[in-house]
Amino acid sequence: MANTNVNPTRMELKRLKGRLATARRGHKLLKDKRDEIMRQFLDIVRENKELREKVEESLAKVHNGFSVAAAVSSPTILEQALMVPRREGEISVSNRNIMSVNVPEFAFQLKDGASAGLNYGYAFTSGELDAAVEALSDLLPTLVLLAQKEKTAQMLAEEIEKTRRRVNALEYIMIPDLEEGIKSISMKLDENERGNTTRLMKVKDLMLAKTLANARESHMHEA
Amino acid sequence: MYKIGVIGDWDSVLGFIAVGFTVHAAKDAHQAAGLLKQMAGENYAIIYITENLAVDMQEEIDRYKEKTVPAVIVIPGKEGSTGFGMMNLKKSVERAVGADILFKE
Repeated sequence: MANTNVNPTRMELKRLKGRLATARRGHKLLKDKRDEIMRQFLDIVRENKELREKVEESLAKVHNGFSVAAAVSSPTILEQALMVPRREGEISVSNRNIMSVNVPEFAFQLKDGASAGLNYGYAFTSGELDAAVEALSDLLPTLVLLAQKEKTAQMLAEEIEKTRRRVNALEYIMIPDLEEGIKSISMKLDENERGNTTRLMKVKDLMLAKTLANARESHMHEA
Repeated sequence: MYKIGVIGDWDSVLGFIAVGFTVHAAKDAHQAAGLLKQMAGENYAIIYITENLAVDMQEEIDRYKEKTVPAVIVIPGKEGSTGFGMMNLKKSVERAVGADILFKE
């Protein structure tokens, strides 16, 4: 309804038609984008769900392991064992572009010189602790992958929401508005055209009547 | 190069020190929120938060949803899974699709 008050000129009509064409093209593109992101999102979210189930299950086991380890050795020894020979882990982040959404890709590695084995003396700690740390180490790649997938899913969800809003705005507001504007302008122009034609016909009639009257008058004079 | 951080209660996150994560212990959600904010400013790529803390700081976590890094990921603490992490995932799906099509059962 916004465009019904514009000047009914050919300029304006041409401009609106141009905008309508752009809006239609944009609408189609955005719709395609939305469908494609949605497809990718569903794949990722399915993977994400499986990963999360796996991580939650394994992590419960790891926590159990640590609880047992805490039970059989004193808390101080446990903390010392885990804290002092700290291993430094690092992660590199690269970007991946999914339908112009920049999602991160993580790659985890230990810092140079860090050994992959257990980093504490075995003398004071229990075997349960070794097993728990080992299990957690094994879980690392999965944890990092989960982070990557979940982040991707979150970002895609945001993007889908945004795109859907744009598609709807174009489909239900922009395009109908423009069509309305074009219709009202072309109707006004047509109306003007018809008005002009009738006026010309009227003028012609008047002129004809005048000429006829003049002709008749001069005829009478002659007679 | 980025780091991986973990926020949680001490007993839940202790083990992560051994595998090379940077661990910050927090007693409650308020403290955890402060830690999260501070860590987001540093170069952390992934920040894991235990469920029991994450429940009360949803707002702070949502703030990082649109950014590429850090990825804030909820993991179960030593009490086991409360289903909060899954619920987050479910919410994402609902947001994107408009209906829950993954967890119908």
